[in-house]
Amino acid sequence: MQVSIFRADLPRLIRLAATALALAASCAASAGQWVPLDKDGVHDRKGPAIKQLQQPQEALSKLTPDTTGNQVRWVDALDKGEIAPREKLRPETKVRVLDQDILLNLKGGMPIVRFPHRQHTLWLDCSNCHDQLFKQQTGGTKISMFNILQGEQCGVCHGAVSFPLTECFRCHSIPRGKPGDEQPAKGGP
Amino acid sequence: MRHLAALRLLGLILALFSLFVLATPPANAEYADVVLNRNAEKNGMRPVVFPHWFHRIRFRCKVCHYELGFKMRVGSNDVTMSGIIDGKFCGACHNNDIAWSVEKCDLCHSGKPGLPTGIVGGNETSGPGRW
Repeated sequence: MQVSIFRADLPRLIRLAATALALAASCAASAGQWVPLDKDGVHDRKGPAIKQLQQPQEALSKLTPDTTGNQVRWVDALDKGEIAPREKLRPETKVRVLDQDILLNLKGGMPIVRFPHRQHTLWLDCSNCHDQLFKQQTGGTKISMFNILQGEQCGVCHGAVSFPLTECFRCHSIPRGKPGDEQPAKGGP
Repeated sequence: MRHLAALRLLGLILALFSLFVLATPPANAEYADVVLNRNAEKNGMRPVVFPHWFHRIRFRCKVCHYELGFKMRVGSNDVTMSGIIDGKFCGACHNNDIAWSVEKCDLCHSGKPGLPTGIVGGNETSGPGRW
């Protein structure tokens, strides 16, 4: 009885397997690849630009890869010289870079957050965060994941343009209870 | 017979699911693409698609968000063509000097009609926040 049911449903099972495979393939295709502009859902396929604009794949596949966001490690790409973005347009503009780490979330349950000023000021100016989003004095602003997930504080950029909020341990990067917790760690990202 | 019914049901669910997945156009835009459509369609143009990825290969964030004064919240900048022609916002570069000029309307106004202003894209993330 079992066997006959199985036989009767063999074509159906094959169809199911094919569907499952197709689904798996479509999921796999979204990793490590960039969607062409004509399939990205925002560009007008009928517009004249679609053939002229650069495809993300062409530019981004040459940079240090990431698993999320633009699938590019933007800070690494900058540090390694893969890209050389301009720092200013006007000659008189002062470019400010600060190499200083701040440790945050010292008493929470998650690993401690190391906020590296260097990586942030390579891209941004001090005034982009101070004093609108954060006071300059360490501990002067109460930072919370609630605010961040609402698109405030760190969430103004992280989750919109810089690496997304799914990457918890890129910020919560210093395990608790290790020697040196009290001292700001120096070095790479 | 029960097996058969269960298999049928499973097949139906899978078929519906695959139809849903294949028929729904996913938000495939590149992470951090911005759609600007406060003025564009009202004036008979396609919405603007601003690709952050393309620009950050060439410029640090601070160039636009500090020197040019773009606030970091979609919709908080009153970007108009007259301003751009006067050298404000996009017009600081899109003046046929650093980048293509405003005469190449369609290269920026390249969005699908009807898109709302906002930041789109999101590989592995679609946060709940307001951006």
